[in-house]
Amino acid sequence: MADQNEFQPLVNKENKDVDITSVAYEKVEQPGPKSLLKQAQGFWVTFITMFKKVNTVQYPEVKEPTAERFHGRHQLNRHPDGLEKCIGCELCAWACPADAIYVEGADNTPENQMSPGERYGKVYQINYLRCVFCGLCIEACPTRALTMTNEYELADSTRSKLIFEKDDLLGPLRAGMLPPPHPMYPGMTDTNYYNGDVKEAHPSQEQK
Amino acid sequence: MTTTQENTTAQAVELITVVIDGFEVSVPKGTLVIRAAEKLGIQIPRFCDHPLLDPVGACRQCLVDIEINGRAFPKPQASCTIPVEPNMIVKTQLTSPVAEKAQRGVMELLLVNHPLDCPVCDKGGECPLQNQAMSTGNGETRFEGVKRTFEKPVAISSQVLLDRERCVLCARCTRFSDQIAGDPFITLSERGALQQVGIYENQPFESYFSGNTVQICPVGALTGAAYRFRARPFDLVSTPSACEHCASGCDMRTDVRRGKTLRRLAGDDAAVNEEWNCDKGRWAFKYVTEVDRLTTPMVRGADGVLAPASWPEAIAAAAAGLKGKRAAVLVGGRATAEDAYGYSKFARIALGTNDIDFRARVSSDEERDFLGAKVVGSATTYRDIDIADHVVLIGFEPEEESPIVFLRINKQVRKRALKVSAVATKLSIGVEKLKAEFIKVAPGSEGAAVSALSLTGKSVILVGERAAETTGLLSAASALAEKTGAKLAWIPRRAGERGALEAGAIGTLLPGGRPVADAAARVDIAAVWGVPTIPANVGRTTSEIIESLGNGSLDAVVVGGVDPQDMPNSAAALAALSNSFVVSLEIAHSAVTNVADVVLPVAAVTEKSGSFLNWEGRARAFDAAVADSLNRSDLRILSAIADEMSESIMLGTVTQAAREISSLGKWDGARANFAAVSAAGANKVSGNEALLTSWRRLLDLGTLQKGEANLAGTARKSVAVISPKRAEAMGVKDGDILRVSNSHGSISLPALVEDIHDDAVWVPRNSFGTQVLISLNAVHGDVVSVVKA
Repeated sequence: MADQNEFQPLVNKENKDVDITSVAYEKVEQPGPKSLLKQAQGFWVTFITMFKKVNTVQYPEVKEPTAERFHGRHQLNRHPDGLEKCIGCELCAWACPADAIYVEGADNTPENQMSPGERYGKVYQINYLRCVFCGLCIEACPTRALTMTNEYELADSTRSKLIFEKDDLLGPLRAGMLPPPHPMYPGMTDTNYYNGDVKEAHPSQEQK
Repeated sequence: MTTTQENTTAQAVELITVVIDGFEVSVPKGTLVIRAAEKLGIQIPRFCDHPLLDPVGACRQCLVDIEINGRAFPKPQASCTIPVEPNMIVKTQLTSPVAEKAQRGVMELLLVNHPLDCPVCDKGGECPLQNQAMSTGNGETRFEGVKRTFEKPVAISSQVLLDRERCVLCARCTRFSDQIAGDPFITLSERGALQQVGIYENQPFESYFSGNTVQICPVGALTGAAYRFRARPFDLVSTPSACEHCASGCDMRTDVRRGKTLRRLAGDDAAVNEEWNCDKGRWAFKYVTEVDRLTTPMVRGADGVLAPASWPEAIAAAAAGLKGKRAAVLVGGRATAEDAYGYSKFARIALGTNDIDFRARVSSDEERDFLGAKVVGSATTYRDIDIADHVVLIGFEPEEESPIVFLRINKQVRKRALKVSAVATKLSIGVEKLKAEFIKVAPGSEGAAVSALSLTGKSVILVGERAAETTGLLSAASALAEKTGAKLAWIPRRAGERGALEAGAIGTLLPGGRPVADAAARVDIAAVWGVPTIPANVGRTTSEIIESLGNGSLDAVVVGGVDPQDMPNSAAALAALSNSFVVSLEIAHSAVTNVADVVLPVAAVTEKSGSFLNWEGRARAFDAAVADSLNRSDLRILSAIADEMSESIMLGTVTQAAREISSLGKWDGARANFAAVSAAGANKVSGNEALLTSWRRLLDLGTLQKGEANLAGTARKSVAVISPKRAEAMGVKDGDILRVSNSHGSISLPALVEDIHDDAVWVPRNSFGTQVLISLNAVHGDVVSVVKA
């Protein structure tokens, strides 16, 4: 018994050398359902599924949490005192296989200290029309400034809205954080920041 | 990297055969092992080694095993310091485990104190230390101590920043400053682990060549302030280009990110700039993106107001204003060779005149004859300086006016004590560095000193554009060259002047150096251009054009990139322009665009392709670095105006112009004769009168240096220089304020007592607080009064 799934060459049995394009369609042997038993087997799967637990979620009315390590929208993190972790090194842009990230670095100055150390990311854009959520950027980030959240609802109506700027990507200010720019924690260097010695903002860091 | 040219061109080179990693190679005697290995394609890691600097063996990264005559060195040797010898067998890291281990050890030691801050370091991504740590280093560090740290960054000048903890003490920067630039303002100080690059307390690193130290630093220890944290190498689109600042003709690389130039680096051309350039060429490019850039054509309406217009409207207005009028062309010295050719052809065909002059500066008729008879088509080169027995500088200050010529002379001075003589009014820093014989003259009496020189056929006479400011000086220089057989070269200050000369953008010459007065030359050109005739009468000079515009014998003028402030009588020039129909092709708003009737914005050098001819006459072609710029070159706009006037010049593209120039070729007929002009001699002075002398400094108030504050920070201070004798008579010491004045105006500057002719006073021509042509309206050799303010 010929299996319907088995490949059957479309050739004329009398003359194997004939050009297939010159043969009328009806004259070529067609594969087709041959066995009722096999068809019944296929429908059996459909039938049995009716009695199983339903996996369908009524999105968007119902939303379920993603897997813990789901690659969602990016976030630019802050140090515990509110300074940005991003140093504008562009390693994320370098790692990006889709060329979705654009970064411009700039100097931190005493009046405009955005991150610990000398350099901060002045411009930070992620183009979600290009991003493939591979996560190479967060692996490349030397300061853990860039991580991924579980947020996946990124559809929008225009292209320009899908280019996220630094303001869209920055993480929220939590308790104990001051909005930058403000000076570094008194007596601490950038190395202290990276070692986790800074736990929260110092009152003197507030800039009038 | 370049191999030094001398090795390949010296006569009867003795070759030595050595074996490196089992391969035989024959190299000239004296070649270093590391260079011989390069010839075989074997790359030995290195930091301190640089082909143009003396070997020093500072970093020890290039260790190899060497055996001579069967006797091996007991330890691996630094291949960058050892010249090849007969019967030498070298084993690099590729074949010798000992050399390989030694190199890994050195790398480990270098990395002990090198911070792991590659993410914030500008060199990251193009760093020899990063690359060689990958090829020659261990993956894991064994060092667990605390790394040495310094305060960072230290600004060793306003444009160069030093991060001392990144330094691997290769001494490339200090050797460059000492050996190439002759400005030993940085040195290695302290000892042991604390050794560091330092500057002298009271002498900042104010060298005109400091940018090269940033480029050759093999780590990120020296970085440029203007480029700091701006981009990564992978962001940048690099285009080979040529420098538009002076006539040295440096090969450059322009790095652009998103349509904006972020940095420029010295290119690699052994015949011209070797691997160096000056700070102006490296950092003065912000003028392209300044706010005063013209963005749209403008036409002066019936109400007398200059208003934005569309391109067709502006082209039509320009054509209507020029058609059938008595019009001339003023093209500044900044046009590319192709653009200058466009202006030249436009004047002859569309305007039917030879009234065109590219010299927007102090110039003379003597100079025009000199250029037509002695300069156009001539080919004295950098190579002639390399083999010269004596170099004479006349009206030319190489460090300020053509810095790469200075570096080339300095190289020969250092290498073989080349004799240099400078006929000048004032001893300058550059002339001092060249250990030149300073022939002190009074402003105006240079000619006699030049005639008294004795030279040989191997000597080179370098004449600057300022020689035109002294009557008879160019005649004396060319007579000297003829008498002695010495080579003569004319070195203008601007990049486009030689190209404009060859393109015939001057009243006496047609393209290719063909004299206007020669009927055969005119027929030649007319045939190629497809026009019946070329105007036969010699055209007006810049000053004659201005004068004619003023008295109404000319109606209109096409002005391309000219600043009247560079010319004497700038107020009169501006008045003449404002009374005529002016079509101005400019990149930015200027005094000319303010009085123009039609203003047409043109592309800056980074936005177009073309070529400059440097002082040698060597073509320096470049492509558009900002490829998607919408700005058009002068050529294309002129072509559109000519079409509108129904006098087509058929030059739509730069390629078309370049093809036409090369098809024209050079004139092989007789050159125009140079009628010598006799010297006038210096004016007489008495009392507090003095003869004015001045030149432009490399870094000054030039239009192309706008918007670059870091660069301006290293400009030399503005001073008024007087001789010790005069200072004593006036009771003036260094730093006292001097007032230099005439009936037109005055300039007040701090005094500097220096070696200058007793009758002379020197002030910078266009620096901060001293714009001689505007304030005094005086030229070289004019009498001014000098008093203590």
